[in-house]
Amino acid sequence: MTMVFKHLARAAAVTVVLTGSSLTALAQGTAGSAADDGIVVYNAQHASLTQAWADGFTRDTGIKVTLRKGGDMELGNQIVQEGAASPADVFVTENSPAMALVDKAGLFAPLAADVLAQTPENFRPANGHWTGVAARSTVFAYNTAKLKPEQLPKSLLDLADPSWKGRWAASPAGADFQAIVGALLQLKGEAATASWLKGVKDNAKPYKGNGVAMKAVNAGEVEGAVIYHYYYVGDQANTGENSKNVALHYFRNNDPGAFLSLSGAGVLASSKHKAEAQAFVKWMTGTKGQEILRDGNAYEYAIASGVASNAKLEPIAKLQAPKVTPETLNNKAVTDLMTAAGLL
Amino acid sequence: MTHPTLDPRTPAFRDAVHPGINAREDGARGEGAWRSPTAGEGWRWRRPNGPAAAIALAALVSLIALLPLGFVAWIAVQTGWDTVAALVFRPRVGELLVNTLLLELATLPPAIILAVALAWLTERSDLPGARLWAWLAVAPLAVPAFVHSYAWITVAPGLHGLSGATLVSVLAYFPFLYVPVAAQMRRLDPAMEDVAASLGLGPWEVFLRVVLPQLRLPICGGALLVGLHLLAEYGLYVMIQFDTFTTAIVDQFQSAYNGPAANMLAGVLVLCCLALLGAETAVRGNERYARVGSGAARLPDRRRLGNATLPALLVPALTAALSLGVPLVTLGRWLLIGGAAVWGPAVLGAIGQTALLALAGAALTTLAALPMAWLSVRAPGRLQRIMEACHYHVGALPGVVVALALVTITVRVALPLYQTVATVLLAYGLLFLPRALVGLRGSIAQAPVELERAAMSLGRTPFQAVRQTTLRLAAPGAAASMAMVALGIANELTATLMLAPNGTRTLATEFWSFTAELDYAGAAPYAVLMVLASLPLTFLLHAQSKRAAGR
Repeated sequence: MTMVFKHLARAAAVTVVLTGSSLTALAQGTAGSAADDGIVVYNAQHASLTQAWADGFTRDTGIKVTLRKGGDMELGNQIVQEGAASPADVFVTENSPAMALVDKAGLFAPLAADVLAQTPENFRPANGHWTGVAARSTVFAYNTAKLKPEQLPKSLLDLADPSWKGRWAASPAGADFQAIVGALLQLKGEAATASWLKGVKDNAKPYKGNGVAMKAVNAGEVEGAVIYHYYYVGDQANTGENSKNVALHYFRNNDPGAFLSLSGAGVLASSKHKAEAQAFVKWMTGTKGQEILRDGNAYEYAIASGVASNAKLEPIAKLQAPKVTPETLNNKAVTDLMTAAGLL
Repeated sequence: MTHPTLDPRTPAFRDAVHPGINAREDGARGEGAWRSPTAGEGWRWRRPNGPAAAIALAALVSLIALLPLGFVAWIAVQTGWDTVAALVFRPRVGELLVNTLLLELATLPPAIILAVALAWLTERSDLPGARLWAWLAVAPLAVPAFVHSYAWITVAPGLHGLSGATLVSVLAYFPFLYVPVAAQMRRLDPAMEDVAASLGLGPWEVFLRVVLPQLRLPICGGALLVGLHLLAEYGLYVMIQFDTFTTAIVDQFQSAYNGPAANMLAGVLVLCCLALLGAETAVRGNERYARVGSGAARLPDRRRLGNATLPALLVPALTAALSLGVPLVTLGRWLLIGGAAVWGPAVLGAIGQTALLALAGAALTTLAALPMAWLSVRAPGRLQRIMEACHYHVGALPGVVVALALVTITVRVALPLYQTVATVLLAYGLLFLPRALVGLRGSIAQAPVELERAAMSLGRTPFQAVRQTTLRLAAPGAAASMAMVALGIANELTATLMLAPNGTRTLATEFWSFTAELDYAGAAPYAVLMVLASLPLTFLLHAQSKRAAGR
């Protein structure tokens, strides 16, 4: 018996040698090295935007940045489950609810005063556990051949009306749409949100991703879609092939549909590189980081360090966004309501 | 570690005469005695110990393979009946069930008809260029399903819903039916058809009443494979805007991570898989299909198509145009649009990481399948059959179920393993264990057991004997197994997305993130590389199926 196992052990050893080198190589290529000489960023923002931030930061400071890709809520929930053992140093999201989730679990380290000072108070939570780094506006992107301006919905809530059945699109599984629902929940309460979601289930065609939804609007498969503004601006600046028949309708008037969603960044309390992590958040909200928003092709609003937004964007002051408290946006309640409505 | 027939005494006899022989021998013998057993005592330790070690190892692998299923059961118990009921018995689950059922019902019949028609044309008719058409009928397997949908969504942006999903599913998966059906057609004994014809049946009746019934096993097997893939597929249906359990689980995963809702959907999905397995067993039946009588069957005649040649040519030509032409033309177009700019160093990095993961995963999976493969050939029995089922069932589970189980298990109880290469490799091992097992078992069965016996009579220990004879002879089969596993890993998307360590970039995940941003030109290089890597393996598979049929 021992003999047999000895041989098996030898065979296993051969396999380990065979695969060992590849595993080492993989480990070197991935998390293993990053933990020691740099920071790990759980990134739910657009990969190209955060990569640009990370590259600029590394250029200025020499600190390496490793990105893990994922959705807002996927990574947020992941950090909560990882708890104190999380390998993440910084968490960057597209929307606020995932930041609120991690904050509620007490996993953020408070940001330093000089980091917070770069962002105006209305673009960050009062407790200072994380900060806004960029913002995006809810819009109704519509097909100009199918809808005249006077036929557009006055409020986001109108889209639950039976007259809109089958005419508009959304991406309900995405963090963006869920952030909008979160704002609605905060502004109008649970009953109104639940009944609106029921209307969404009846009326909206579900797509996977805002870009895909806009593409469907452009192709005329639906008349409009509830998405964020930059999908349109970005496509227009690029080839325009997914948006040539599309225009944006801003709801304004403090309507829930005028919700301005804050992208957040925070430093994890469990981070072993807090100084570097704080420096990265400071860099993102600093002049250079915000200028990437202004000059790059992310087309999200710059909100900090007094940097103006990209000139192609509707001025932030004209959006008439409703006042929402980002730190109490509750995505768990949103997904529960959406699951109950059959959207998830 | 030898076959029971090696020793004239049956195991039952041995146990009756020498109860507890294993324990005594294990404890008492020194290594020297093991190396040079005398002829008289050789039989006493060889047989019981060998299988015992292999059984222990196979049992360990079986237990690990039961992890995902056990996890789903455990989470159901943990969640509590009320929550389970609220999450399972809701309209959304009903919708997904209807969608999934409709997809299976809409996809399988056309796929079966297409596969049988192509198999008949390429194997039993005088269709011009039959060999070429046969290759072209297998080649779509080299195009990952989500690349098929990417091509189709480019060509026909309006494609969506059940009709779109069905079209792409049939085109992507019919080769799984074509390969076994064509192999079976090659080895049918034409004498049966002759008898039927001599009794007055026309050609169509002969086909329907004699040929088709003999295709039952390959059709059932192929349909099961297609059906399971339809349940597990993610990328294809996301692009085509069609919700199945798998896409809904990923939605839940992205919205609430590994919450109870995701896990309950996974539970229902597992039930769907089990239902499919059960349906296949019921339909397969247990008739005898082997020919009776001595001698070899003669080669079947090829029926002359005559005037029907041109219309008959349309079938394989149209199939090839839709299943290969569309993806290749689309890829070519995006490559041209992307130009040199899309071939950055990131592509090279993704190739490297994919190759390493595929290599490591294939080696480990094949090694893990080895004890079971050897046991099922050399020492079959009831326990072995149960363990074999444990090995096989996990391959029927969608990657999303396996990944969700491993995410939760590692994050809750084995955090050091969480998001590591080890966990991804474990997921690959679970998903592709059956592939490794099938190849290994076939080749071990072809290695004569007498060589093991001879080696042991020359003083080798059982393990040495197996290693120096059977394993060497089985090496080509093991290589084929590894190739099949590696191919699966190179194209795996869902489990990789959910489990991979920070910074992992495989061809599949990179392709996926580019298409998610609608950057189809940027995605093209990764798709091309996946196709190129898969092509040789696809042809290997085709060649093997021909060899298995003896032609």
